[in-house]
Amino acid sequence: MAGAPATVASLRTALDARAVSARELVERALARAAALEPRLHAFVSMRPEAALREADEADAHLRAGGPRSALDGIPVAIKDNIAQAGEPCGCASRILEGYVSPFDATAVARLRAAGAIVVGRTNMDEFAMGSSTEHSTHGPTRNPWDPARSPGGSSGGSAAAVAAGVVPLAFGSDTGGSIRQPAAFAGVTGAKPTYGRVSRYGLVAFASSLDQIGPLARTAEDCALALDVVSGHDPRDSTSLPEPPTRCREALDGRAAGLVLGLPREYLAADGGDPAVLRAVEEAARELEKAGASLREVSLPHTRYAVATYYLVATAEASSNLARFDGVRYGRRASGARTLTELYERSRSEGFGAEVKRRILLGTYVLSAGYYDAYYRKAQQVRALLRRDFEAAFEGCDALLTPTAPEVAFALGERTADPLRMYLSDVYTVSANLAGVPALSVPCGLAHGLPVGLQLVGRARDDGTPLRLADAFQRRTGFHLLQPELCA
Amino acid sequence: MSAYEAVVGLEVHVHLATRAKLFCACPVTYGDPPNRSTCPVCLALPGALPVLNERAVELAMRAALALHCKVSTHSVFARKNYFYPDLPKGYQISQYEEPLGAGGWLDVQPDGAAAPRRIGITRIHMEEDAGKSIHEGSGPGTRLDLNRAGVPLVEIVSEPDLRSAEEAGAYLRALQGILRAVGASEADLEKGHFRCDANVSLRRPGGPLGTRTETKNLNSFRAVEGAVRSEIARQREVRERGGEVRQATLRYDLERDKIQVMRVKENADDYRYFPDPDLVPLALAPERIEAARAALPELPDARRARFEASYGLPESDARLLVASRELADFFEAAAKAYPAPRSVANWLLRDVAAALREAGRGLDETALRPDHVAALARLVDAGRLTPASARGLLPELLSAGGDVEAFVRERGLGAVSDAAVLEAVVADVLAEQPKAVATFRAGDEKALHFLMGQVMRKTKGQADAKQVRELLRARLGAGG
Amino acid sequence: MSRIGRAEVERIGRLARLRLDASEADALARDLDAILGYVDQLAALDTAGVAAASTVVPIATPLRADEPARSDAREPVLARAPDREGDAFLVPPVLEGEEEG
Repeated sequence: MAGAPATVASLRTALDARAVSARELVERALARAAALEPRLHAFVSMRPEAALREADEADAHLRAGGPRSALDGIPVAIKDNIAQAGEPCGCASRILEGYVSPFDATAVARLRAAGAIVVGRTNMDEFAMGSSTEHSTHGPTRNPWDPARSPGGSSGGSAAAVAAGVVPLAFGSDTGGSIRQPAAFAGVTGAKPTYGRVSRYGLVAFASSLDQIGPLARTAEDCALALDVVSGHDPRDSTSLPEPPTRCREALDGRAAGLVLGLPREYLAADGGDPAVLRAVEEAARELEKAGASLREVSLPHTRYAVATYYLVATAEASSNLARFDGVRYGRRASGARTLTELYERSRSEGFGAEVKRRILLGTYVLSAGYYDAYYRKAQQVRALLRRDFEAAFEGCDALLTPTAPEVAFALGERTADPLRMYLSDVYTVSANLAGVPALSVPCGLAHGLPVGLQLVGRARDDGTPLRLADAFQRRTGFHLLQPELCA
Repeated sequence: MSAYEAVVGLEVHVHLATRAKLFCACPVTYGDPPNRSTCPVCLALPGALPVLNERAVELAMRAALALHCKVSTHSVFARKNYFYPDLPKGYQISQYEEPLGAGGWLDVQPDGAAAPRRIGITRIHMEEDAGKSIHEGSGPGTRLDLNRAGVPLVEIVSEPDLRSAEEAGAYLRALQGILRAVGASEADLEKGHFRCDANVSLRRPGGPLGTRTETKNLNSFRAVEGAVRSEIARQREVRERGGEVRQATLRYDLERDKIQVMRVKENADDYRYFPDPDLVPLALAPERIEAARAALPELPDARRARFEASYGLPESDARLLVASRELADFFEAAAKAYPAPRSVANWLLRDVAAALREAGRGLDETALRPDHVAALARLVDAGRLTPASARGLLPELLSAGGDVEAFVRERGLGAVSDAAVLEAVVADVLAEQPKAVATFRAGDEKALHFLMGQVMRKTKGQADAKQVRELLRARLGAGG
Repeated sequence: MSRIGRAEVERIGRLARLRLDASEADALARDLDAILGYVDQLAALDTAGVAAASTVVPIATPLRADEPARSDAREPVLARAPDREGDAFLVPPVLEGEEEG
């Protein structure tokens, strides 16, 4: 594929000008998937007939009266843990084999009402537990930049689908960095909204107090358009923010002047990871300075406890959230079980992969009698301290700038034997989930020929400022336009 | 004389009278086909989330206030994690460290007790019910019906202040009366609205608490009383033998009046409680709590005391009248229409109650109205209607209602008290029954009853009994 | 000194209804031990008087009106249920002692 990659914004213009039809866009997406998927493996399933039908409906709609939204007629992909009525919702797990969701996630209902066309469901780490998309029952997704490498995780399929140009927009979920880190590894833009901004109804829960659905696309502008469609209060989600959300696209005025960027010293320490990554991030900071932002060093003193806190809270909640997967009412049931205990134990042991089991066990342990206070309660207290760190830092700046990950994409198979090492790659992303603040990743260069991600973090409820900064950065640089060779 | 004192605490699970479930909009139904009333939330489908029912909060608050609990301005829903097929999520949403209410009490006075005793209420919290496991069917296996999964409950935990089976029964009846009075629950045991677990232990007076056993899922007053009685006896027997009571979960067989050990508990269950991250703490403004407290209707105890004081009713009658809010309301309306409360109370508690039993219906399932009872009582007290005639009208009033005065008039039911008429009838009877007359004069009082009966028969029960008796005695005494 | 051994892993596994063979349990014990060793650093942190974070972004209690509504989810779910008898889900018989926990 030659030329600049298609964005939602550019396709909107083309659709509205009738230079292209929704059907053609879906056909292109399906064709590109057919060509790349055998190698890339970004998707777990596609829905070509339904997508083409919906494309025709979108075209009719566009002819009759104009677009329902910025996403009308745009082909998109959704992660396999986001429910769509009538479609399988497998979470890349054996235990959900055969399960078809009878209801739409609220985010999906909003996308469909806006005219977006879901062409397929993307691969992920099972139940969103992982940072490499290697813990999938369908096998790994490959990084379009280097097929021997991971695209990151757990939304690796969504990141790869966008990076490879199959769809201009995909949705993933982020619990500890699962949108941002794959966005960084795959060289695309990915945003995790403020906790509660996007409804979790229909997102299969991993860690309820940390999960959010968010977009992955080429540009901050596209992410903003996507967020504007899916954001907003949902009476079906008790953790959904009650007030109307700020409009993200309107915040993108291209200006960084007057904004203060905080650089947390704990995230930019010299021993914090690959020096090439750090250099790219520092250059990006200077670029934003040239654009008018001022830089200031800040401190988030409890950063070193963030990964430990995250793994205690997240696994505890997950151990409880995954108890419903028992082979009783839906999904895969172990055959020939003669007692209830056998049914539970075999269905779950046969149905869950090793990483999921590991986290369920850890979570069960930290909640169990005698350990609750030392582990879970303690972690929730440290979480409060982490939140205070952010609040204090934001008194002196408008957004934080950090690397998204301490490294570039690692090789497939390199980390799977060492779970703790895998967890540590989330060190820069988990705090935003723990504090509930919005955070995104934009491509800011290459290191060793692989994409580097720049993370921007905002105050709770201020999703606009990180997007505005990201957009200002993208208007002045071209890293988000870089595409891996398989596209060229 | 036992060396041991029984220490009994009750945990009662009560269905709140809402139309929809606690965390989803499924209707609360009884007798629906299996799984008719389910949705993604109560089926625990992936991605489903709970949202709290406002009315359940209101009713739970009323129950807490009526039990004199302190209602928390900040209570927290917590997950109680365990695996059982009628628990679809693999956890129950309940409340643990921060319940809705705590520190309340209830006065209890079993029949025969000289004075009421105050029983402490440790806590009251909100939680969702589980579904039903059905073991009988066309083959082996257990069938799951999730219609009940998610129905709102409050769990009411008493302090271990009860000392006998009788007190346990009285506690439950009082609790039921209060819950019905404030509209929190129909509390109908037969419908399964009200389930009880009993915790029993023994101790030497002044000594430490003994090991506690738990008897679960008692769903009638008789079952609770029987279970508590049996378990106290069983534990006493074990201790007197020198044995040790082991911590266990028990079941009570009502038919055989026997306690069965279901499971000896070695370890405490590890439910891994933690605050439910899908829900936000329940914040209740103090003003809202006060408004709910002020809006509580008169509770049974207070009403009983008022009936005794204002209406001059004996305590036993007052107690019976306030057992049901419908009955108490009915009584007050009737007593307003005819201000002779003791007479009205008598009618309600004896003849009306008998007629209801006969008809197999509850008070609010009939056409009988307070005005009817007021009219009957007034007419009988005025001597214009005999009690028998009044009783005779009840079946029709129950099934179809009507105008009592009109009935009396149209059917000539008026008490016959015209002396001339009665004298004539008495004379006839005495002439027709020479044997009875002789028997009476020989000293047998029973013959008088017989002769009265004959007069009543001739007057179709409408003769004024007092007058008839006087006339008979006068004639019989006069010798002819 | 290991914090968690095979027996403990098996106990937790039973609580979580996971069946682990001996080598799995050993491997998991090693993994969990390493992870717990890492998270133990939280113990050194002074959190006296810090209230546990109760809501992520504080909001008022959302409440729902008591309006019943039927859902059409049950048909498709029952149709694909692993086992059923009529409209009820079916599981192997529940034994004594399998209740709770």
